[in-house]
Amino acid sequence: MANTATSTIKNLWNGGVEPFRASYGKLMMWFFLMSDAFTFSALLVAYGMVRSAHPAYEGSPEMFTFSQEYWPIPEKVYEAIPFFHGVEAPLVFVGLMTFILILSSVTMVLAVEAGQRMDKKAVEKWMIWTIIGGLLFLGCQAWEWTHFIVGDGITGANLTHNQYGPPAFADFFFFITGFHGTHVFSGVLLNFMVYYRTATGLYERRGHYEMVEKIGLYWHFVDLVWVFVFTFFYLV
Amino acid sequence: MESHENISSIEVKPADKAKIRHLLKVALILFVITVLEFGVAFLMPHEMHTIKVWIFIGMTIIKAAYIIGEFMHLAHEVKSLMWSVVLPMVFVIWLIIALMYEGNSVLNSIGG
Repeated sequence: MANTATSTIKNLWNGGVEPFRASYGKLMMWFFLMSDAFTFSALLVAYGMVRSAHPAYEGSPEMFTFSQEYWPIPEKVYEAIPFFHGVEAPLVFVGLMTFILILSSVTMVLAVEAGQRMDKKAVEKWMIWTIIGGLLFLGCQAWEWTHFIVGDGITGANLTHNQYGPPAFADFFFFITGFHGTHVFSGVLLNFMVYYRTATGLYERRGHYEMVEKIGLYWHFVDLVWVFVFTFFYLV
Repeated sequence: MESHENISSIEVKPADKAKIRHLLKVALILFVITVLEFGVAFLMPHEMHTIKVWIFIGMTIIKAAYIIGEFMHLAHEVKSLMWSVVLPMVFVIWLIIALMYEGNSVLNSIGG
């Protein structure tokens, strides 16, 4: 099909040639991801502005206490891990979440590779691992949210009140990680759909596994957003 | 139209070892950079906060480039597609810097 297109159609404006030499579906996925990237950017831009409009903590990290007067040091907020109550392990849990998401991105790219060589069994295997990675990440996030909301058991954090610092800190935490978590959730649903359609042989009958590539683009994007959230919300 | 209904005609190609090795190498780079970020976060003193922030931003951009370029395959697409995706993001970076500057002015004007 590709050969006939290139050999018979000389005029690029007469149709039959794919713009950017990318298929319609992939190009539309890139369009969607661009618009989604702008939405996430808007959240990060607002976060950057509000954060720099709050005073930073000036003293030494050892003397740090939570206060409404200044923006907290993130690693002092996110220092808990499940099953080890009272143990201070700053950023260890969120680091684990980062590794889980990168790993599921790797399994996704292996599923894409398997799809390109029509290996149904391998696509199924790697999609299952990708789904497991996504579910693990969501579970971690549910735990982190619970811990953040409950806090020390007396005050904790919600949209108007925040034991860790200014209310805006909790607001951005909920909106940014929540918006990202929603993307992971819909990504897991899409991944499951791809797995189901692979297992029932739809893509094999169709003759190609391009849908794995398109959903793969979305899944990598979700991983990409987390890389930015990890840096700007947890590390900086 | 050729038919793909006949399952037995589907030919499964063997795994592309070189390609998989390349993908795993990219994954390893992402892991190593994340570990380095942790190293910077805990080993560098708090007083060097500004330098740490710039190191984090640099590492994030490297990670983003590997994910977009290799995992999302953008580096191997047509160059015009690559630039249509990358260039608009430059304006986003401008907006982030501009509004952080703006936020600082807000802080100064309220006497923070």
